[in-house]
Amino acid sequence: MASAAPRPLLSVSNIEVIYDHVILVLKGVSLQVPEGGIVTLLGANGAGKSTTLKAISGLLRTERGEVTKGTIEFQGRAIHRQNPSEVVKHGIVQVMEGRHVFEHLTVEENLLTGAYTRRNGHSTKKDLEVVYHYFPRLVERRGFKAGYISGGEQQMVAIGRALMARPKMMLLDEPSMGLAPMLVKEIFDIVGRLHREEGVAVLLAEQNATMALQVAQHGYVMENGRIVLDGDAKTISENEDIKEFYLGLTGVGQRKSYRDVKHYRRRKRWLS
Amino acid sequence: MSDLLYMVLVAPFKDMAGAPAFLVEVLIGGVFAGLMYSLVALGFVLIYKASGVFNFAQGVMVLFAALTLVGLLERGAPVVVALALTVAVMVGLAYAIERVVLRPLVNQPQIILFMATIGLNFFLEGFGEMAWGANVKKLDIGIPDRSFIVRGVQINELELTAAVTAAVLVTLLALFFQTTRIGRALRAVADDHEAALSIGIPLKTIWVVVWSVAGVVAIVAGLMWGAKSGVQFSLSLIALKALPVLILGGFESVPGAIVGGLIIGVGEKLGEVYWGPLVGGAIENWFAYVLALAFLLVRPQGLFGEKIIERV
Ligand SMILES: Nc1ncnc2c1ncn2[C@@H]1O[C@H](COP(=O)(O)OP(=O)(O)O)[C@@H](O)[C@H]1O
Ligand SMILES: [Mg+2]
Repeated sequence: MASAAPRPLLSVSNIEVIYDHVILVLKGVSLQVPEGGIVTLLGANGAGKSTTLKAISGLLRTERGEVTKGTIEFQGRAIHRQNPSEVVKHGIVQVMEGRHVFEHLTVEENLLTGAYTRRNGHSTKKDLEVVYHYFPRLVERRGFKAGYISGGEQQMVAIGRALMARPKMMLLDEPSMGLAPMLVKEIFDIVGRLHREEGVAVLLAEQNATMALQVAQHGYVMENGRIVLDGDAKTISENEDIKEFYLGLTGVGQRKSYRDVKHYRRRKRWLS
Repeated sequence: MSDLLYMVLVAPFKDMAGAPAFLVEVLIGGVFAGLMYSLVALGFVLIYKASGVFNFAQGVMVLFAALTLVGLLERGAPVVVALALTVAVMVGLAYAIERVVLRPLVNQPQIILFMATIGLNFFLEGFGEMAWGANVKKLDIGIPDRSFIVRGVQINELELTAAVTAAVLVTLLALFFQTTRIGRALRAVADDHEAALSIGIPLKTIWVVVWSVAGVVAIVAGLMWGAKSGVQFSLSLIALKALPVLILGGFESVPGAIVGGLIIGVGEKLGEVYWGPLVGGAIENWFAYVLALAFLLVRPQGLFGEKIIERV
């Protein structure tokens, strides 16, 4: 019996996800995130990265998706039937694709909402300091409405807001989307520091494989709702197929227009 | 021709200037009516902002709250106790609505939820009358419906109390939204409900809170209006006046609901008194709709309709 390996922090086992009762999107996905690790989930547009993250965070149901097979365990506890606020209380926070800041709230109010699940006002102040320490740019923006700051700053607000919940693990969905390479680097560096200094585990969904593989320790490659490859970050970045099919594949212009369509669809469905 | 112009454009203002004390009285009456519209509209806005539901039953909630209050008073409860119990009933109602109506319909298109609130409307109407009876009732909360005179202006004690209460309520609500943790969460949900979920804000709790707040607002509206003109079915019809207020003020704006209500209340009273005789009266019945319609053409998002922040 090989039982020496420590229990992973997060363990997704063979999950199947169906949208609207008929659209099968994930077809048996398994992945693991070790305690305090950074793992990246790579794949082209439509591969199923966001769906995987939402299955973990419980946000899936708001889009009429459902985990119909398999299990998701966090610290040994099954979480795939829990709602998002329970999942956040267990210590998992998702930073959604496309940032999703509260546009009419100020930057500081945005951050404070992140502490909703924790009632202790005292430590909230300290956590705010921590967020401003990692994102010094936000200090001078604290009183601005979040709708009026730059895209990079919004991404920082979204990550900072998640941090306010004191998560054990963050699920980052394409934080590089729509940002200039310099900013992407800045944000990824901060994510790396958060991981090292605060011990936050990270599951990072990305199309920008080059960047993601630089911060991650381990990677999974997704295609069409399945994991087609996994290995440590170094091995994956040296894999010839990956180089050809994924590292080169970043049709930015095309990606953007597709996203716009998707966001539009999401806006129209209100109550969830 | 010039006669007509004179009658429409000049004479009413001459009348106003001729009897300023009377004008002030008319304005005060308008403000009173307007505050009632504002309160009902506020209930709509809160629920719409936090859940995207257009609550058709808001007017009946006013009636239901007033019926409950009167029913309790008639059974001998002291005013304070009756008020507290009515608040409890409205909060209980909010819980029930979340559990029975909203939760099962999560993720359904908006129109379905709207239909559900129509159902709720008829249910509350029937249930309220079954529980408390359908005859017109007098609501006496101990504030006399009499007037005193200040510098030649008649001021009605009841209307004054109502106006002050409404103003206090609105101020408290604004503070609640701006400064408390739940208030901030409510605004977050109104902005982006998916993001709110993602950081662990439970929508269910938020819905119970907004429906409860809408219920309390309904109590105040029902109380004031009912004390003025009796508690009866027509009370639920002030909701019809809230619709033009919403168009004027914007469906998502709290200040809009307040200012919109005041404009409509004052506008229709002025119209009725000074221009009414020209067309044989009854301007009050349609003025609000015409104003809203005209407004819709010029500024569809309303006076304070929330700006949609566009970024590239
Ligand atoms: N709410 C939804 N309803 C139906 N299909 C969806 C929904 N969301 C995503 N999909 C589909 O699931 C597949 C995977 O999407 P997604 O998880 O967003 O991929 P990725 O994040 O890798 O771009 C796509 O084919 C997409 O069209
Ligand atoms: Mg995605």
